[in-house]
Amino acid sequence: MTFINYASREINCKIVYYGPGLCGKTTNLQHIFEATAPQSRGKLISLATETDRTLFFDFMPLELGTVRGFKTRFHLYTVPGQVFYDASRKLILKGVDGVVFVADSQEERMDANIESLYNLEENLKAQGYDLMKIPYVLQLNKRDLPNVIPAADLSAELMRREEPVVEAIASTGAGVFDTLKAVAKQVLTELRKS
Amino acid sequence: MPDTPILLQERQYHQIKDVLARLRTDSVSRVVFLVDKDGQEIAVQGEIGDLDTTSLASLAAGNVAATGGMAQLIGEKEFPTLSHEGERESIHISVIGRLLLIVVFDERSTLGLVKLRSRQVSHQILAMIEEITKVQTSSEESPFAEITDEDIDSLFN
Repeated sequence: MTFINYASREINCKIVYYGPGLCGKTTNLQHIFEATAPQSRGKLISLATETDRTLFFDFMPLELGTVRGFKTRFHLYTVPGQVFYDASRKLILKGVDGVVFVADSQEERMDANIESLYNLEENLKAQGYDLMKIPYVLQLNKRDLPNVIPAADLSAELMRREEPVVEAIASTGAGVFDTLKAVAKQVLTELRKS
Repeated sequence: MPDTPILLQERQYHQIKDVLARLRTDSVSRVVFLVDKDGQEIAVQGEIGDLDTTSLASLAAGNVAATGGMAQLIGEKEFPTLSHEGERESIHISVIGRLLLIVVFDERSTLGLVKLRSRQVSHQILAMIEEITKVQTSSEESPFAEITDEDIDSLFN
């Protein structure tokens, strides 16, 4: 849910990275954190287990710059990908302005991608959102691995509408900012419409 | 349905800051925040120092969301207040409509006093939320109606 503060001239928007366990949601945020100037971002908060699996969420505030005299700040969240953390995923989607679905391109993770995407649709619906209307980007991650499904096939299987599709290797940063840009652009365009 | 966006006008922002400043004095606390349930910081008053207020706001919202989820599992609507007491610093959170009132206090105050003072300002904050919502339904022109594609692209250059 966008928050516009006319006094401090700030726009705050919430973007959630969604996807199956170990698809690279946290890695996306880690790359953005490392590649951004310290004055443009806050701390990267990770509520993770002792084995570094996301337990509740990762969070990072990012300031992109000024539009029409308003500072634009994006609050980036990830959800825990593991199936049994569904209650947490639902909570994190509350107030979302844009969603990135991070798909794992490896052949053996195809079923997990489909299940997670279905779960995203259901959980968005539970919060009153429609995946067909909300700002949304599909990221095909881990394109550097040997056993990946061709991008065209993966897109054909996972695309739900005319959403932007970005190929990425989050561990090296390839495609990470393109993904963020694609979703942020849609969020700001929505702001113009409303 | 999702909540409508919060559009905070300058006058309302200063009104909120005044209420928070008074609460801070009356409760002898260190910092007082108003945050929405999605973790967006609306206003803050007090000895901030190097306190990371953005992260605190987000974590407080996550905390309320998680305990709210637990409440529903046991048949409660929500837990209207949450308190965390540390050795020196403590936090009290009150759920007020779609907002959270967060008070950070130390040994100069007590949980009882903070609870009492938070409860006393909650009706004022509720009235403010109503006003903020009302302004949003007015026909005021949004400054973002004229955002161009170039404006958006310039953010990423």
